[in-house]
Amino acid sequence: MSATPAETHGHAAHDHDHDAHHGHEEPHGSFKGYMIGFILSVILTAIPFALVMTGALDKNSTVVAIFAMAVVQIFVHMVYFLHMNTKTEGGWSMLALIFTIVFVLITLAGSIWVMYHMNTNMMPMTPRQAAAQFGG
Amino acid sequence: MSTTTPSLYDGDRPLFHLAEEPHHPDGHSTMLGFWLYLMSDCLIFAALFAMYATTAQSFGGGPGPKELFELPLVALNTAMLLFSSITYGFAMLVMEKGNKGATLLWLAITGLFGAAFLSIELYEFSHLIHEGATPQSSAFLSSFFTLVGTHGLHVTVGIVWLITLMVQVGRKGLIPANKRRLMCLSMFWHFLDVVWIGVFTFVYLMGVAR
Repeated sequence: MSATPAETHGHAAHDHDHDAHHGHEEPHGSFKGYMIGFILSVILTAIPFALVMTGALDKNSTVVAIFAMAVVQIFVHMVYFLHMNTKTEGGWSMLALIFTIVFVLITLAGSIWVMYHMNTNMMPMTPRQAAAQFGG
Repeated sequence: MSTTTPSLYDGDRPLFHLAEEPHHPDGHSTMLGFWLYLMSDCLIFAALFAMYATTAQSFGGGPGPKELFELPLVALNTAMLLFSSITYGFAMLVMEKGNKGATLLWLAITGLFGAAFLSIELYEFSHLIHEGATPQSSAFLSSFFTLVGTHGLHVTVGIVWLITLMVQVGRKGLIPANKRRLMCLSMFWHFLDVVWIGVFTFVYLMGVAR
């Protein structure tokens, strides 16, 4: 962030010096950037809703399509609204984000995998099935 | 200090002192710290999403997503949150230009969209509970209310924070500290929109589609 006149105004001189040297580099959005992000988000929200509400595709294609568009939209939000890039805070923001994504994926995939197997191996029975199996 | 902590001396080498404490500009690490908080918040939502995923089929004989969810309402809700994201973006743009009045105006609009989102969500919740689909009905509904409710709670806190900052900006103007706070809230607000993408895709659309 280059120190703009508005920001340095009212700072002590040495403060201003620091700002110029190792001032933070918060990325700022532009009107264009926000509008691109907004329009992409609207499109990426409208399509999955339309797909599910009209049932245009078969079930599996719909599920794949809405997930794919959610991933793209999250990416769009990260870039255009949260201004993520590899330069922010000397790369530490990106590192924290990558660590979090890995952690989230392990949490989700692990939970779904384990619980799916438990459900298949310990199939809950209806009273009728239980009666048939155990002669109740 | 030197008399009370003699163990810090190593032979005849003097204790190392900086002539001057390194000066960091006020709040220079706030943005990174806040980002780390958001990432930890992300882990909370990951756990809630995982819980929802594992119980999404456990209806306990109660109603499922197809009977309960009204997609037009969810679409309206999603639109409210998306509009609030772009209006917050506009607030940041006019803040950069130092325009206090316009910043307050865009923040107020953002707050109204946020409040609209919350109202629709509360209407949906009360409607569900009125139909008998309470959090106690099934594991699916317990995790649904927990996941969506936690997101709603975050939005509520965000609105309280937004009003607080509007008062502060109104009183002190766009001083560097207030700008920093507005940037933190900006990250928080956009982060909640990112989480909502997961909610409407994973909970509502998936629930109705399959």
